[in-house]
Order: sequence, then C-alpha cells, then structure tokens
Amino acid sequence: MDLITVVDRVKQKFPESVLGVSTFREETTLEIRSEDLLPLCRFLHDDPEMAFDFLIDLCGVDNLPREPRFQVVYHLCSTKTRLRLRLKGSLPGKNPKIASVFPVWKAADWLEREAFDMYGVTFPGHPDLRRILLTPDWQGYPLRKDYPLRG
Amino acid sequence: MGIETQLGNNVLTTSLEKLVNWARRSSLWPAGFGLACCALEMIVAAAARYDMARFGMEVFRASPRQADLMIVAGTVTKKMLPAVIRIYEQMPEPKWVIAMGACASTGGIFDTYSTVQGIDQYLPVDVYIPGCPPRPEALLYGIIKLHEKIGKEKLLER
Amino acid sequence: MGDNNTMILNMGPQHPSTHGVLRVILELDGEVVVKATPDIGFLHRGLEKLAESKTYHQCIPLTDRLDYVAGMSNNLAYVLAVEKLLGLEVPPRAQAIRVLLSELQRISSHLLWLGTHAHDIGAMTPLFYALRERDEILFMFEMICGSRLTPSYFRVGGLAQDLPEGLEEKGREFTRTFNAHADEYETLLTKNKIWLKRTQGVGTISAEEAVNWGLTGPNLRASNMPWDLRKAMPYSGYENYEFIVPTGKNGDVYDRYMVRMMEMRQSNEIVRQVLDKMPGGPVIAQDPKVIYPPKDRVQENIESLIHHFHLASAGFPAPAGEVYASIESPKGELGFYLVSDGTNKPWRFRVRPPSFINLSALAVMVQGRLISDVVAVIGSIDIVLAEIDR
Repeated sequence: MDLITVVDRVKQKFPESVLGVSTFREETTLEIRSEDLLPLCRFLHDDPEMAFDFLIDLCGVDNLPREPRFQVVYHLCSTKTRLRLRLKGSLPGKNPKIASVFPVWKAADWLEREAFDMYGVTFPGHPDLRRILLTPDWQGYPLRKDYPLRG
Repeated sequence: MGIETQLGNNVLTTSLEKLVNWARRSSLWPAGFGLACCALEMIVAAAARYDMARFGMEVFRASPRQADLMIVAGTVTKKMLPAVIRIYEQMPEPKWVIAMGACASTGGIFDTYSTVQGIDQYLPVDVYIPGCPPRPEALLYGIIKLHEKIGKEKLLER
Repeated sequence: MGDNNTMILNMGPQHPSTHGVLRVILELDGEVVVKATPDIGFLHRGLEKLAESKTYHQCIPLTDRLDYVAGMSNNLAYVLAVEKLLGLEVPPRAQAIRVLLSELQRISSHLLWLGTHAHDIGAMTPLFYALRERDEILFMFEMICGSRLTPSYFRVGGLAQDLPEGLEEKGREFTRTFNAHADEYETLLTKNKIWLKRTQGVGTISAEEAVNWGLTGPNLRASNMPWDLRKAMPYSGYENYEFIVPTGKNGDVYDRYMVRMMEMRQSNEIVRQVLDKMPGGPVIAQDPKVIYPPKDRVQENIESLIHHFHLASAGFPAPAGEVYASIESPKGELGFYLVSDGTNKPWRFRVRPPSFINLSALAVMVQGRLISDVVAVIGSIDIVLAEIDR
C-alpha cells in the first residue's frame, strides 16, 4: 500500500470531494470539499486497507487576506501501513464551520476545542465545544491574523 | 505580631528585632508555587546537590496557610493571575515574595496577549532573580539576599 | 453540590501533585470519581502566535520552552521540520550527536518523571536518587552548550558547534554506572507491595481506545501497542543503532512505569553505541544561504561579516509550502507543522503537543476510581503543562 494507491482509492470512492492533490517533500496533501469531510474520514478510518487509525493533529490556518480565509488541516497516520496523509478543508471567513470528526477519532475532542478557541471555527457535532486554553469570557480569537500579538 | 503595639519604640525592641529577624529568616518556609520551567530549577535547588535544607527551607508547604515565602517561579498568565493573588492573600503575615526568572520579573520573552508582564504589577516583590532559567546557585544567592533584607527589617513595620 | 448527591471538588491549579498548573474538576460520589474534567490553559503564553513574528532561527529558543523537561527533543523536532522545508541534508556526525543528546535527554526526562511520580504516590526516596543522576546529565549539557535546561544547541543544518573535549569520557562513565543506578530505583519500587497495590489495575486503557484517543509514547506502548517512531519511521540516523522497544500488557499505571524504566536502560544502550560508532566530519551543512559562516572568518573578512549580519537580522527565506516533521520525544509524538509563504518568517507554526492529546484521555482512565488514583494516573501520563498550553 502506498500513498498513490490511497489517493486513487479515495478519488474513486469520493469523486466529487477531492478538489486537489499536491505533493511536497514526499508528503501528500488532499484538498477536500468541507461538506464531505465526515464520510471521507469514516472511510479512511474504517476501511481495512486504508486503516488510518491515528488522528495525529488537527489545526486551523488563517490565510488572510486570501479567500477562502480559513483552512482546517488534519494529519492522519496508519500504524498498519505506516503512511501519513494530510487533509485540508477550506472555509469562508464569515461563520466558518466544518463537521466534527469526534465520532471517528476521539482525539479530535480537545483538538477541535483548541481550533475553536484560537480561530473561531465551529464544529457541529462536537459534544462540548467551548474554549479550552483561554478564559471562557475572552473576546476574540488570538491566532487570527488580524488579532494583535500583544492583545 | 501584636507585641510591638504594646512596647513602643525603645532600646528593648532593637535587641528583640534582631532575635525575631533571625528566627524569621532562618526558617522561611516556601509555598510551592512552581508554574513553568523555573520550577524545575527550584526543585533541583531543594534536592541533594544544591541543598536548600541548609537554610532551613527544605519543607515546601503545600498549603499557603503554613508558608511565609512565595517563590513565583515561571510565567504568570492572565488566566492564572487570580489564583496567584488568592494564594498570596491566604498566606499569613509576615510574608515575602521572590520573583524567580525573567518571566516572573518582567514577562520574559513572552510579550503576548495572555502573559502578565511581571508579577510586580500585582504583588509586592522583595527579590528579583534574573535568568531563563536562573541556575540553582542563583536562586540560593537570591534567597541569601532575602535573608539579609529580613535581617534589616524593623519590628514595628511588620 | 452536583446532582444525585455527588460533590464537586476542585483540584489545582496550585497543587503539589499536578506537575504544574493543571486544574481538574472532580465530581465525586464519596471517594469514587464519577467524572473528571481537566481545565487547562493556565500556562498559555501565546507561543504559536509569537513564533509567527520571528525568523526561523529565532524560533529555536522558543521551542526550548515547550516541554521544558526535554529541551533538546523540542529543538530536534523543530530543526528537522525546517530542514525538511528547505530540503537540507545534515552531515552524519551531526546526526549522531543529535541521537546521543536526544537519548540522554530521554533518560533525564524519565528520571524526573520517576522522581515526581513516585513522590506523588508517597515514595519520597527515589526523587533524590533520580535527581542525582539527572544532575550528571545536566552537567554534560552544560559542558556542551552552556545551559542546563534550555539548550538551543541544534541549528538548522546541524549543530551550533562541535562537542567539547572531555565529553566523550564523561558520557562513557555515565553509561558504565547508569545501569547500577537504575537497579537501585527498581529495588525500591518494582516489587514493593505498596507500589504494586497503588499502581496495578489503575488507570487502564486498552490499545484500540488508546490509538483512538491519539495517545503516543510510553502511554501507548504500555497498552501493548508497539508503535515507536524511532523504529516505525526512523529519523536522524536511528536505523543505525540496535535497541528494543519495550511494551506493557495491561495499559495500567504499573505498566507505564515498567515501560519507562526499560526505556531508560535502552537509551543508555543507544548512548553507548553512539559513542562507539561516532563518525568524524563537519557538524553543520554547507549551504551559505542558510548557515552562518564560521566565527573566525567573520572577524577577519568583510564579506563574511556582512553575510553573518544579514542572516542574523533578516534570516533566510524558505520556499513556499508546508511540512510536518515529528520525533519520538520522551512524552510521545512531538511534531511541528510549518506553513511557509516564501518569506523569512513562518506563516503558521503549529506544535503537535503529545501531552495535550495524552491528557485528554484522563477522563476515561480515572472513571470509577478513587481520588488517590487520579494523582497516580496524572503522574503516569507524564505531562508538562508548557507543552499542553503553549
């Protein structure tokens, strides 16, 4: 099993969802349509040949002033095939939201809360979405590019 | 101590001062307040090689009610600040504060939205120990300076 | 009061056993934990945002302060990410020294873990013994780079400077005596009835659950899952050394203790092998766009001075793109995800923090146990708050 086969299988099963594939320094990134995230992740996790059992990381990126402004980046890893894959979903600047992957990987629990805390991206389907690193009454989302460093 | 209100300022109090100050500085009990990296150098200062017990300080009291020194070791963030102030208020008089490390003294390298730029903005600090992190010997030097400062305190001022 | 006659108890953020500023809100039914909710963020210093305003070289000291118990490991993960972004090759001697220092750092981190974890459970002696050995390692670090806790010794492309004279001798002496010291700690704890009663069967998590919660490092290996990045996806020349990856069976606190004890011995073995096989050669890559010129040239030659000034003030531009590089740090998989927009500062500097993700499984591990087990489990996960909160 190698990354080219993985990408081909994904494109076969979800032909509308994959918006782009790129490789840089031997890493493969799939740009996907944000609406199709959850079924795609379920496939990558449950399928016995894909077997991406690890959600390594989930974070947000702010691309101000480009639109779509936000991206949520998922790093997946398979202990069976020893492959790593990156998924990216792009979100608009106004009211960004993307489905929570907590039903597939429980590791998403705190990672999504942090992305919400730092960027203001909401994750419908998350059991308990509230701020995690800052105080509950904090105003603003610090990692956004228009938030000043010194607050 | 209520004794100074009864005595007034006379020659009896100077010798009493020396005795009381000697007693206070020889057994300062720190409240364990390690916040970040400086806490590790504080732990090492209390361990075998840089033994703090020789100064009477090996017991890090878990409860602030039994402590008289607060060594703020590490970065104080805005979320943690209410807890720091509350612990300080829970300590009984007489009490002293050492700001250990660059972050506790001035905010250190973290000039960001969530860091308090020095605990002296909220608490009266007696000794500042610079360093990132300061060596355990630097902490011991700061403590000795604090002992000297306590030695010069007037009884009626505390 | 909570519902159904439960009591809410607040543990922390100032608490002797929370290893830093962690707050756990416990919902208790008598002494049994019904629900444990960690509350973090008391050490959130805005490091990721701060790094976006610094050049790639200037971010190296920031990474020291992440997992402050294992400074060298954080440096290594970050410079590996930048080298991957630039496509830079590191000379073999630098790779070997990086392995040497990472393994010494692993031993040092596990020693501190052992001392504080045992202290929380009530065994106070191992703390003083463990800190004694740890001071030996910190002395070696001080010989190499001048700092005990925050080394910043690795550079993009290699190391800041070569190892000093006398270090090899000290390293060998350390490896000769370490196993005897590890035996001392085991004599105090491994078969101790009190230790066994407090740690066996406590905080159990199965392998599938552990993987699903994203646990990595000794916590995962204690649940009988042999996943170690040094073997599965080797970096920095780890494939040249022979060592075993220990695993546990049940995934409880005792197994995590045994896995870390065995890892310390294996790290000692790797250190010995690195010292035996150390190659010669340069310790930094030869790429003038990224690497500083040697200091003696800077002081004699005007071009080198200008070159040095330019690199120190403006840094180097990285090609646009994104990379993720990770290592097996003492806490688990520590990764850096860098997004570059083609300038000299990172556009996005993301730390994949192992302790953050390991701690999120705390609620599962202490469900239905007693309060004293909460303390044992927090210690066994081995967290560092600066890495969790960044």
